[in-house]
This record gives sequence, structure tokens and C-alpha cells, in this order.
Amino acid sequence: MAEDTTRTRPSVLDWSTDWDHLAAEWRDNPYPIWDELRATCPVAHTKRYLGAYLPTTYAAVKAIAYDTKNFSSRRVVVREVRPEPPMPSPPISSDPPHHKPAKQLLLPPFTPDEMKKLEPRARAICNELIDRFIADGRCDAAQMYTRHIPVRVIAHMLDVPESDGDQFIQWIHEILELGITDDDILMKAVHEMSMYFAGYVEARTKKPGHDLISRIIMARQDGKPLPPQEVLGMIRLLLIAGIDTTWSAIGASLWHLAKTPADRQRLIAEPELMPTAIEEFLRAYAPVTMAREVVQDTVIEGCPVKAGNMVLLSFPAANRDPAMFPDADKVILDRQENRHSAFGLGIHRCVGSNLARLEMTVAIEEWLKRIPDFRLDPAFPVTWSEGTVRGPRQLPFIFG
Amino acid sequence: MAGGKVVRVRVDPDKCQGHNRCKALAPALFELDEYGNSKEIGDGIVPEGQLEAAYLARANCPEMAVEIIEE
Ligand code: HEM
Ligand code: SF4
Repeated sequence: MAEDTTRTRPSVLDWSTDWDHLAAEWRDNPYPIWDELRATCPVAHTKRYLGAYLPTTYAAVKAIAYDTKNFSSRRVVVREVRPEPPMPSPPISSDPPHHKPAKQLLLPPFTPDEMKKLEPRARAICNELIDRFIADGRCDAAQMYTRHIPVRVIAHMLDVPESDGDQFIQWIHEILELGITDDDILMKAVHEMSMYFAGYVEARTKKPGHDLISRIIMARQDGKPLPPQEVLGMIRLLLIAGIDTTWSAIGASLWHLAKTPADRQRLIAEPELMPTAIEEFLRAYAPVTMAREVVQDTVIEGCPVKAGNMVLLSFPAANRDPAMFPDADKVILDRQENRHSAFGLGIHRCVGSNLARLEMTVAIEEWLKRIPDFRLDPAFPVTWSEGTVRGPRQLPFIFG
Repeated sequence: MAGGKVVRVRVDPDKCQGHNRCKALAPALFELDEYGNSKEIGDGIVPEGQLEAAYLARANCPEMAVEIIEE
């Protein structure tokens, strides 16, 4: 559940000069804010967070993602503080030329063919979860279903107990949500995660298996293995990048289907639409907003930007740009042309995009098979997370 | 061959970031390397019946890396 850090914040008077991505309005429904800015001030600024820009057009987001010279990934979160030096976490925090070798270590275990091998276990996980609540006729789908799928799948890939998933969820919450405003909580969670995985890394360095930890240990960079600290960093990154993101994407898709019976019935009647539907959910409800640090003065879409500021890199806002996507505010399950940026653009393309697509597809297919008829429970609110990853954290459904 | 013209697909290796949309939409036309980056299969000639898949692949590549060349 999202902690209400917004309560103590001064409210936003003008979004183009004082925007705040942790404001309650943004958390609950950011789309009207972005639509208005896109039409009036496509590169907004705020003095909050030690200074940051907010581009809202697809063209601006793409230009920044491609311009790794002026926009560095050394910081990828807009936070209240900017500790020096920033905590490195390759490849997501790397710029060229260091980015590519780090990324290439991670890519081979995440190709589409590798993901196919996971599909049976992923389907079984979804059904085990549904078994637990289907007889109740209702559930909080965010807490009882979508939340557990990515942790269990990644635990399966890492070959650690799937039941440790709740612990992973807690660390990610401390890092991605509480850590934006509290550096101590962030550091503590990072430390605990490292301690947890250090034992596995040591054991599998001696006796490697076929799991993801062993594959990272066995990977070679310029013919040399990674130091154990870097192996731990990569595992931490995979958990931080892979869990809340996919939780949010599955949750937002089910939320849409719960409140849009016509789309739900269509997807059940025409299951061949699943691939385009998944891409459309990713476009319309893209969960991940990254950031860059401006390292040299430059110009974006005619707007000057100054070094020392951060830039919020809103892939979700880019995905709602009508100049790129006709009827951008409508969810069209069979949208034919869809170059959405939910997994980023340029060199930092999400390592886990094939995994996330598999999990989303399996989670929605298995849900619709077992619970074809469901709707929002009006007795409870839907709540959304804030920060880098936005998705439903309470999703009360009634079945039938 | 389509309509008497030869149509080819090509992946620009400098642009491709391995989003895998092309392979998902037109598996007969693209192959992936061990990092998940894409390349056209063989000479990239689009057989009869694959034209629509080729255009779909182009329309869904976020990096604009899929080219269609009509000769
Ligand atoms: C629907 C789910 C997901 C979404 C929307 C998503 C989104 C993103 C985005 C937008 C980026 C680009 C970051 C940037 O430009 O700075 C990214 C990078 C990354 N993602 Fe994901 N992600 C998802 C799931 C996953 C999963 C399941 C994993 C792995 C288990 C993962 C691992 C990574 C890694 C390692 C990077 C860094 C890549 C680089 O810097 O080159 N993600 N993701
Ligand atoms: S869709 Fe584009 S970026 Fe993705 S693999 Fe194909 S050519 Fe590469």
C-alpha cells in the first residue's frame, strides 16, 4: 500500500512551473496533468527535488533517451536528495561506453526462447494463487494475485525459495517508494538484500547450477568473471527492476478489464487478440517512469535545459501523446500500430521485457479462464503506488 | 514477391535494441541473436503471404529499426 508522503507536501499551484510527481493528484490520475502540459508547456520545470524538468511529448522523451551524452543515467530517480557519488547499479546507471558490456551479461538469460521454458511454471503459479481465493467470490487482486506472480517467477529463475517472495516485496517497497524520501531506509534495504544473496553467490561460485545466479557468476566480461560485489549488484537490480514493474502492469490490465466489461468479453471471445491487447495495456498504463541527470546545457524540443537539473523521463506520458498514437486516451485492444515506450527507448531497453510480456500474458489468460466475470467492489477504494513505478496496490474485485 | 515487385525487410543493426516486436509479429522473417537483437532471415525477401506481417513488424518497432525496401 502506498504510504501517504504527500500529506505534508505543499500543494502544486502551477504544474508547468512547480510540478510534483509525488502529489496525490498525480498518483491517483496523472493523465489529465500530462495532457494539459503537453498542449501548453511540453518541457515543464520544477524547483522541487533540487530542480527537474518534465517532458510530456513522445518526441521529447525519445530525444532524451537517445541523447546519452547530455542526459546521464548516473541517477535514474528524481529524489529529494542527491548523494555523491551516486550508487552505481550497472547497466541501468551506466552510460556509454560502460553500459554495453554490463548489459550484454544480462541479456542471454532473458531472450524469448529462454522465457518459453518458464511458461509452465508461470501458469502453475497463477493457478496456485487463484485456488486460494476463488471460492470466496471476491479478492484484493493486487494483494492476493498480481503481487505474487513476478516474485515467484524470479525466485524460480534464481532458484531460491519462492516463499521468500514476501521478503523481496518488502525490500522493493523500501527501495522504490520509501527510499525516494528516506535515504536510511533505502541503504538498509540494499544492505539486507546483499546479505541475503551473498550466501547463494558463494555456494554457487563453488558449485554452479543452471539458475540465473549461476549464469551471472559464470558470465565473462573481457574474459574475466565479475567480482562478487558486482554479481550481487546485478541480482539486486533484477529484483528492483523486475518485481513492482510487472506487478503494476498485470494489475493495471486487470483493473482495466474489471471496469470495462466490453473489452473483457471481447478478449474472452477473441483470445487471438491477446498479443495486441497486452501491448495496448503496456502503452496505456505504462508503469515505469525513469529519470536522467542533465550533465551539459542543451535544448530539447526548442526548450533550453540546464546542467545540474534532473529530467523525469515519463514513458507513460510519451505513450499518451496523440501526435504519436491516434486516440491516445482510448484503449484499443487490436491497435495495429503501436510503438509504445513502456520498456524504454534506446540503449537502456528493458532487459526483462520478454519476461514481463510472458508474465502479463499468462496472468491475464489464466485469470480469464478461471474468473471470466468480475468487477470492481464499490465497497473498497482502488489505490495506486507513487514514484518510479505506478500501479494498483489495492484492487478489490467481486466475481460473478 | 508481391504484386510483381520484390519486397525485402531489413533490420538496421545500429538502431535495433532487441524489443523483439518484429520476431513476435513476423517469425518467418526475423531471427534473434543470443542477446535478443534481430536480423532479417537470409536475404530478407518477403514471400507471398508475409507482406502484412512485414508491415506490422515495421509498425511496431519502437526504435524504427525495421525497414521495408520495395524494388
Ligand atoms: C512490465 C514490466 C516492466 C516494465 C514496464 C519495465 C520498464 C523498464 C524501462 C522503462 C526501462 C528503461 C530504463 C531507462 O531507460 O533508464 C527498464 C530497464 C530495465 N529493466 Fe525493466 N521493466 C519491466 C520488467 C522488468 C523485468 C521483469 C526485469 C528483470 C527481471 C527488468 C529488468 C530491467 C533491467 C535490468 C533494466 C536496465 C536495462 C539497461 O539499463 O540497459 N524489467 N525497464
Ligand atoms: S522490433 Fe525493432 S528493436 Fe525490436 S528486435 Fe525488432 S528490429 Fe530490433
